[in-house]
Amino acid sequence: MEKLKSTLPNMLLSLTITCVVAGAILASVNDMTAGSIAASKAAALESAIKEVTPEFNNKPVEEAYLSATSTGDSLRIYPAKMDGELVGAAVESFSNNGFSGEIRVIVGFDTEGKIKNYSVLQHAETPGLGSKMQEWFRTDKNRQSIIGRSVGDGLKVSKDGGDVDAITAATISSRAFLDAVNRAYSAFAQVDAAGGATSSHQTEGGNSDE
Amino acid sequence: MNGIITENPTFVLLLGMCPTLGTTSSALNGMSMGLATLFVLICSNMAISAVKKLVPDMVRIPVYIVIIATFVTVVQFCMEAYTPALYASLGLYIPLIVVNCIVLGRAESFASKNGIVASGFDGLGSGLGFTLALTLLGACRELLGTGKLFGLTLAPEEYGSLIFILAPGGFLALGYLIAIVNKLRKA
Repeated sequence: MEKLKSTLPNMLLSLTITCVVAGAILASVNDMTAGSIAASKAAALESAIKEVTPEFNNKPVEEAYLSATSTGDSLRIYPAKMDGELVGAAVESFSNNGFSGEIRVIVGFDTEGKIKNYSVLQHAETPGLGSKMQEWFRTDKNRQSIIGRSVGDGLKVSKDGGDVDAITAATISSRAFLDAVNRAYSAFAQVDAAGGATSSHQTEGGNSDE
Repeated sequence: MNGIITENPTFVLLLGMCPTLGTTSSALNGMSMGLATLFVLICSNMAISAVKKLVPDMVRIPVYIVIIATFVTVVQFCMEAYTPALYASLGLYIPLIVVNCIVLGRAESFASKNGIVASGFDGLGSGLGFTLALTLLGACRELLGTGKLFGLTLAPEEYGSLIFILAPGGFLALGYLIAIVNKLRKA
């Protein structure tokens, strides 16, 4: 067979057919993988929540709601309940003060507002320096662990007059991380303060199920 | 099969430097990027070879790019669905396979002139060469930077020097590897 000549109809036809076929292939692959992609994202979120909150037996993802912080951001809160009673909550928080890009963390609190655990969902900090935050702030060494602390007026690195040891050579990343934690607490405390309204709204939903 | 050593896309032809430096902060990342490119190379080479007679010369580049982009997107979807951890560390670089000069280069210089089977093998050769180069570079940087290899600790982390994980160390390691490969080829 001869190679097609570069006439306008030929070019139009060949480009159009190529794009239609490519589109069809992509649509079918998207259909096949969309379910798995959503499932793996949900699983990742669920395991992060499980990691940072006290033991629970409800479905925090389904009961998630938004809460505003004092600075006007609204964060997603995943309440953890054991047999219908609130035992703690995971708060998805962020900070834009990182060394490079947004830092997203999920922080778990118990009902007294003490930090249960945390997990870094996304960051682009320097590998080997800022990227240590996933482990650093839960390692029980000197004053670097934030597990079990209550946030109160906000955690600060020791360089800023606070009592948390920053990651060696990564003070900016450490500040940003604590900023995200403080923001999470601010959203969590807001819920606590507004207590009645939010929790009665929550139990309403729960009661109808029982 | 020239692609593996004598015409190695990375060490000899110096093609595709952006993903090479960007993804080789660890041996596993480098190897995964290499394998993803390998898959795209084989598929796009064979597809382009199959349709080469139906594509008029003047629109061949856009058609090739559409074909390559299709396969890249397929890889991206599959990776996001079945290996989310890998996708998280490589995600940014996967779409860049489309504009990797190795892929278009092989399409233009080999697949558009040769049969389907030969083009498939040409893609396999170049892809293996690329994978090998990226794995080697990733392994060097990971070992020098963190003392680990494929995540296994070989030397305490304190002996690692951070610079090899960062961009400047990437250039350094790549330069030395190219020099070594050059020396070996001449010998």
